[in-house]
Amino acid sequence: MKFKDYYEILGVSKDATEGEIKRAYRKLARKYHPDVSKEPDAEARFKEIGEAYAVLKDPEKRVAYDQLGRGAHPGEEFTPPPGWEAGFEFSGGFGGDGAEQFSDFFESLFGGGRRRYAGAGFHERPGRDHHAKILISLEDSYHGATRTITLQVPTLTPDGHVQTRQRTLNVTIPKGIAEGQTIRLAGQGAPGSGGQPAGDLYLEVAFQPHRLFRVEGRDIYLELPITPWEAALGAKVKVPTLGGKVDVKIPRGAKSGQKLRLRGRGLPGRPAGDQYVELKLVTPVPRRPEDEALYRKMAEQMPLNPRAALEA
Amino acid sequence: MTTDLTVLAGVLLDESAELSLEDLGRACGVDRVVLVEMVQEGLLEPVDMRLAPWRFRGEALRRARTALRLRRDLEVNFAGTAMILDLLDEIERLQTRLRRLEGRFE
Repeated sequence: MKFKDYYEILGVSKDATEGEIKRAYRKLARKYHPDVSKEPDAEARFKEIGEAYAVLKDPEKRVAYDQLGRGAHPGEEFTPPPGWEAGFEFSGGFGGDGAEQFSDFFESLFGGGRRRYAGAGFHERPGRDHHAKILISLEDSYHGATRTITLQVPTLTPDGHVQTRQRTLNVTIPKGIAEGQTIRLAGQGAPGSGGQPAGDLYLEVAFQPHRLFRVEGRDIYLELPITPWEAALGAKVKVPTLGGKVDVKIPRGAKSGQKLRLRGRGLPGRPAGDQYVELKLVTPVPRRPEDEALYRKMAEQMPLNPRAALEA
Repeated sequence: MTTDLTVLAGVLLDESAELSLEDLGRACGVDRVVLVEMVQEGLLEPVDMRLAPWRFRGEALRRARTALRLRRDLEVNFAGTAMILDLLDEIERLQTRLRRLEGRFE
């Protein structure tokens, strides 16, 4: 087990006051809170900060930690001496959400409080609800699907330690589900005790990034490259949608950036979303002298000043 | 590893799915008093405020859970979390739009 320097994690000195510790924690918690932060390692950092704060804000635990940590360095192998906690009395445990996810290091120092809590589960009570996030493809939402998902379930062993167990489920993905929506699976949460019903499992859905499409709510966006002659003369082109290819008419005189709406071709629902096709003009690069001549001829025959508005 | 081979079909909590105060309370692990406080702060909105018992749309679950985490971790009150949630939704909307527009300027 590696020693953790809680002072370093919060960025405060060893003699920091309670107020300094609280301010440092609040500032970091705002920065790394998983619901707010866009930092890639937000969740891990936030856990670490919370653990450091749980120890340093509590005068009893802080004194114990300071005594133990004397001479220890972060990342160094560390084993608390046997019976070290004999001299300390910790009021209150660490019950509640989040506390059960602290590190082994924390648990070996302060785990005692939690064990007392673990014993409280013998009453008759319904199982807790579980929550998880799942990633699905846009196609899964469009067609509806059955997907196998694997969840990591933290469970408490009889002596109060936390273990993760893998659980595999086959779940129906309802047609037209949108990002951020939730599927409730009744009775798939934690088992109840004393004959009480199990909790429910809630799955919050997010979409995997798609090669072609982008989503906004139930609407689908696609960028469609077109040639200058298709834009100028109009054309009929094949366009991919989640439901397969469809023929789309490019209007004569179409402009780059123009959006065409394919009604009802987005994610299903009441009402169904639309697909928007954004036109992107691609100009051919002249490779041979004849190609260049053609461009010059165009310039001669169709003089155009696209910057007229800029020359006021 | 346990494998459950039966296919589970759940209930989709979307705009039309409605949850009771009890459903929400159980899913969030809080007492109804807490949820009533959230409604009073404008953080949660029942489908019809005047119609008892209150019913909530599916997205209320995500809002309530996020608000509870923010309150626990940052000690923000519900008025503050309501504002954070609204701003987060707005950022999400703008970022989606930004990603779409950036794709166009590649």
